[in-house]
Amino acid sequence: MKISTAIAALTLVFSGLYGQEHGGQLHGNFQLDGQWYLRDEKIDPTGEFYPDERFLGQGFANFIYTDGNFSAGMRYENYQNVMLGFPAGYRGEGITYRYGRFKQNNLDITVGNFYEQFGSGMVFRSYEERGLGYDNAMDGIRILSNPIKGVNLKGVIGRQRFYFEKSPGILRGADAEINMNEYLGRLDSVGVQWTIGASYMSKYQRGNDPFLILPENVAMGGIRSHLTKGNWMLFGEFAYKANDPSADNGYIYKDGYGAIATLTYSKQGFGLLMSAKRVDNMSFRSDRNGTTIDMLVNYLSPTTQVHTYALPALYQYATQINGEEGIQIEASYKFKRKTLLGGKYGTQISANYSVVQSINKDFVDLSNDTLRTIQGYYHDPSTFGSIPYFHDFNVKLEKKISKDYKLKLSYLNLFYNRSVLQDGLGDEAMIANPENIKKLNAHVFVYESLYKIKPKHYLRNELQLLSTKDDRGSMAMALAEYSIAPHWFFAVQDIYNYGNPDSSMRFHYPLAAVIYTVGTNRLQMSYGRQQQGIFCVGGVCRVVPPSNGVSFSLTSTF
Amino acid sequence: MKYPIFTGDFGPPFFFITIRMKHFFLTASFVFAGLFTQAQNAVPSVELKTLDGKTLNITEVVKNDGNPVLISFWATWCKPCKLELNTINEVYADWQDETGVKLVAISIDDSRMSSRVKPYVNSVGWEYDVLLDANGDLKRAMNVNTIPHTFLLDGKGNVVWQHNGYTPGDEDELIELIKKVAKGESIKH
Repeated sequence: MKISTAIAALTLVFSGLYGQEHGGQLHGNFQLDGQWYLRDEKIDPTGEFYPDERFLGQGFANFIYTDGNFSAGMRYENYQNVMLGFPAGYRGEGITYRYGRFKQNNLDITVGNFYEQFGSGMVFRSYEERGLGYDNAMDGIRILSNPIKGVNLKGVIGRQRFYFEKSPGILRGADAEINMNEYLGRLDSVGVQWTIGASYMSKYQRGNDPFLILPENVAMGGIRSHLTKGNWMLFGEFAYKANDPSADNGYIYKDGYGAIATLTYSKQGFGLLMSAKRVDNMSFRSDRNGTTIDMLVNYLSPTTQVHTYALPALYQYATQINGEEGIQIEASYKFKRKTLLGGKYGTQISANYSVVQSINKDFVDLSNDTLRTIQGYYHDPSTFGSIPYFHDFNVKLEKKISKDYKLKLSYLNLFYNRSVLQDGLGDEAMIANPENIKKLNAHVFVYESLYKIKPKHYLRNELQLLSTKDDRGSMAMALAEYSIAPHWFFAVQDIYNYGNPDSSMRFHYPLAAVIYTVGTNRLQMSYGRQQQGIFCVGGVCRVVPPSNGVSFSLTSTF
Repeated sequence: MKYPIFTGDFGPPFFFITIRMKHFFLTASFVFAGLFTQAQNAVPSVELKTLDGKTLNITEVVKNDGNPVLISFWATWCKPCKLELNTINEVYADWQDETGVKLVAISIDDSRMSSRVKPYVNSVGWEYDVLLDANGDLKRAMNVNTIPHTFLLDGKGNVVWQHNGYTPGDEDELIELIKKVAKGESIKH
């Protein structure tokens, strides 16, 4: 708090000195969410999810002041108390983020909090996703520099945010990125754009364990390359992690690695993406005892599609940091207008196939105590794993039928390993008892349409069907949204869990919402039932309990 | 003293968080006390990546020979964003002819999704300048909270209007504003 007050005071001084002539700017944004919870004995018979507070609300505001090469900012956060489904570590209020930053010639220095990423994040990513309660901001010092043309250097030191505390471990890291075109003039003449990079991150955490001699300094390093030529793009990254016994890997001393390669080809009307990756023992947190989404240093991007429709989004994939391998192929094509398949306005079709499975792990027998602790398991990179985690095959068709009517049709075939993705079961337990693996196989059909009723009046509909015998069984959903530009938006939806194996659980989940927008102010009110599920943004997920109530959300930017 | 920012738009909802706000008010009042002197609303200087992997500063990208510029924050996983940009794409050539406007689409897709941006943009045939803000640096610097979020810049590069969210039909409103800005008329939010 003292530092933030100091920064605010400094800002005041700066603006007093230079504000008039330089014309500094102050901007910010604000969000407030709240829900009044209602007791619903159907979806929550014992009341275990019903909060004692009855009303829960949380909000934050960001302020950023900029004057030329100087900027300073802060964020105030308030949880009274944190809403259901968010990490319970958010409790209370305070200034959780504040920084000062200035640029001088080729140096860009930040003190205080910052977010940063090296490459694709496999070695280091501090990031925030407020809608998910995910925030591992650094608190420390960051230096960015561009010493010679085509070279970008980054250096960071500090600790990560852990709700209203800091991580016990200290992070020290550096990254270099070189634009090779500045040094190999021939690249330009053959139309190639090539960038390479290398990154390094080390964490220090004291080790005081009665049984284990814990490595106090753990390092991870990575290299990457990004190459484009005409319509082609090839990206690859490889990272290696030194031994890091942690809660995630069961305190074994095995090293870890991660590799990802992506190739894309695209031109007007056509896009193709192919991606392959493997991850082995790549959990890296600034606290070796950390779990869930806490204090993650790196980010392993999933190679699966993000589903935005509500029903398939119930079974969204999340990266398994202890080990996984997978491929993805995605293609889309636009039939031109005024052709046989394109019709009057053109037709867009796309298809995606992604599959993820376990890596091949040869576990050390439990009877060999020492080797079991040191090594845990052996992994031969030339072999493949056998436990399926996830697959998704889907096709989509998008077509404008007439001036006032647009249509989208989708079919998805999903496989989802519930033991891994919901229960967090390890490979060894599944290999021992393959018949106990909980699975989900589903077919999903979606129809979406958009009608223009009259100028500024639009009606959007969705009909979704998720057909399965597993988990909670089949569900159907209908949604209607009516919008009046530029201010009003109304929505009603119902999900009917008609196929629940337990016939007393075949509930409706109705929900109604109103949104009013004026400029950058937006007020949303909704009322209804929310089903239990896993809510994901960007491959990071959290479990959301069932609830019923009236909720509102206000956002604003200035 | 009074706290001007918490009256008006912010007034009533703030009643919900009244507990231990003392520190916040204190700090905020410090900041606000001296700061409502500025008039200019330029885009902050932030480095972004092009679809070819080059590093570019946003202040270079928004130069448009004195014509208006639209900055639209979007992501491949954001349905309303894609609906908005696809809708504008159908009339973009007309908009450019009429007003000289340039649209800069900033993807906030993280590293998981950013390699999908180029194939997506090409397959739907957008004519916009598309840039990647994979770690959300520009998003934070411009205080974008949720997407889609659209900024309109006048010929001098000042933000004169911004809007959050997309409702079909918003584009009709938007082009009227762009036309005014192109003529050098002032617009009120």
